[in-house]
Amino acid sequence: MPVRDYIRQRFFPHIWCPGCGHGIVMGSMIRAIENSGIRKNDIVVVSGIGCSSRICGYLDFHTLHTIHGRALAFATGVKLSRPELTLIVPMGDGDACAIGGNHLIHAARRNIDITTIIMNNSIYGMTGGQYSPSTAYGDLATTAPYGNIDQAFDIVKLVLGAGATFVARTTTYHVTSMIKILEKAIAHKGFSVVEILSQCPTYYGRKNNFASAVDMLKYYKTHTTSIGSKEKEENPGLIETGIFLQDERPEYCDEYAKVIERASKKG
Amino acid sequence: MKRNALFVQGNEACVEAALYAGLDFFAGYPITPSTEITELFSYRLPKREGKFIQMEDEISSMCVIIGASLTGKKAMTATSGPGFSLKQEAIGFAVMAEIPCVIVNVQRGGPSTGLPTSVSQGDVMQARWGTHGEHAIVALTASNNQDVFAMTVEAFNLSEIFRTPVILLFDEVVAHTRERVIMPEPGEISVVKRLKTSVKEGTDYHPYLPREDGRLPMSDFGGVHRYNVSGLMHDMWGFPTDNPKIVYGLTHHLVDKIQGHTQEITRIKEFFVDDAECLLISYGSSARTALHVVENRRARGERLGLLELQTLWPFPVDAVRTRCAPASYVVVVEMNMGQILQEVKKAVDDPDKIFLANQIDGSFITPTDILNILRIIQGKGA
Repeated sequence: MPVRDYIRQRFFPHIWCPGCGHGIVMGSMIRAIENSGIRKNDIVVVSGIGCSSRICGYLDFHTLHTIHGRALAFATGVKLSRPELTLIVPMGDGDACAIGGNHLIHAARRNIDITTIIMNNSIYGMTGGQYSPSTAYGDLATTAPYGNIDQAFDIVKLVLGAGATFVARTTTYHVTSMIKILEKAIAHKGFSVVEILSQCPTYYGRKNNFASAVDMLKYYKTHTTSIGSKEKEENPGLIETGIFLQDERPEYCDEYAKVIERASKKG
Repeated sequence: MKRNALFVQGNEACVEAALYAGLDFFAGYPITPSTEITELFSYRLPKREGKFIQMEDEISSMCVIIGASLTGKKAMTATSGPGFSLKQEAIGFAVMAEIPCVIVNVQRGGPSTGLPTSVSQGDVMQARWGTHGEHAIVALTASNNQDVFAMTVEAFNLSEIFRTPVILLFDEVVAHTRERVIMPEPGEISVVKRLKTSVKEGTDYHPYLPREDGRLPMSDFGGVHRYNVSGLMHDMWGFPTDNPKIVYGLTHHLVDKIQGHTQEITRIKEFFVDDAECLLISYGSSARTALHVVENRRARGERLGLLELQTLWPFPVDAVRTRCAPASYVVVVEMNMGQILQEVKKAVDDPDKIFLANQIDGSFITPTDILNILRIIQGKGA
């Protein structure tokens, strides 16, 4: 099926700025879903609030555009009610890791079969460029005019620690591997997190000396390396990309089915 | 016929009623004094293949039942004071997206952590205006466990009929009082099923296009129709819009569909109201104390009456106005500083004859608390 058949054209034009990375992520999501062969009627996309969360409405799936930070809780309600559906939750870094941080770690802990895509642009874009939990120390933002003194989350380590069973990182520069990673994340039974570094030229870029979106994509190219590479040993500052974990652990809805079985046996 | 009688807490009566109404999905978070509801569902729901989940916080407990309800399930959460505060934003989402669900708030003393194990009726206004923005809401209450049962079933029915969150505003005394509840037989109390769309697969379904009677048939989310649900102002497709005409229409629809059906939603009980010279108005556990006073005084020949409100929101303005009109004076009995008192004053033609008998120290309101006020009104001194 061509990409356009997955899109609700009625919803266009989209709200993203020229050069934004989120469109690349949406395109890759569609291609990954196309490759996975899952029917449109079996896919539910749940999102929260922010630039990235608008992906939801543009896609021709069952789409639920909720409140800030809580997408995973809404998604849990849909998934536990209808475990046969495929749940995909696109979020921004602020949505997922600040206001929604609690739901992220607990969904990971339960290992509920949901694919979470965190588009990390290191900034709150929709509200105009405030620092987020993944803004680096020293970066500038509209709420950090003298430089950010917060330390950033390492999202991969965060969700690994919380118990996610599929964890990966990629960037909008690495489109082909992004599609493959998303395919695997969707196919994975359990809680999957894919962090995608996605450029925000309008707010993060402008404040932090990136002349253009292209410069930011080049940065993703030159400042990343595959997991455990020799380059990483030589230059620890590089950001690792690839699949960090792909593990099997009991999935929440399967476990709940066992609870029903045990309850029906007990008088 | 032998009736099935239970000897249970109010919280247990609520659980029994929710199951009677066909509850499929419950989410909660431990909090006093509503925890028994959550505990009981963890035991009861899996036995009938229902879903129970204890979430990581109060906010997610609210969000998760909205997700569940969308898929066609009857869904509920229960909480108390602080948890009710935390749920408010998501309740607003259910209002905006018109998703049926039931929220129990077993009121305790507040603000903040307040008096976790004591009674209060301080959340009446929070139930009305807790979430931001212009909206209407349905909130029901009950004074005894049989009525807890009836109002809980009612809450599910109204939530389906009006596609709205419904709040059950119980209080600690009712929740923890053990008394007899006669379990209705199946079919004895009507249970409203979800109104589902007749639009066939492959045909455009408009999730927010009302029928001629104003109701919006639903399609199970994740089923045959793909549509968008949003907390943003939206058009008939569920797509975000800021078109002033559509925003105006939707705001009116959200308010009118409830305020315009106040009479249909009003549930009241009347005790010796017709010839009452002094009318007490009360609700929840306070109404038990008020009824005690009324019955005692009637035995002495005094013309007291009680109007017990079971629907708090939308406020039953007409019912209150007509009952208050013949009375010489009216005493609102509640455990707060006069939250319903103000509504009664707004509803009547002569607000100067409306008085308050209340208790706000965490102890249950007693007949003496009411009699003290009556003595002052009657000019018998304090």
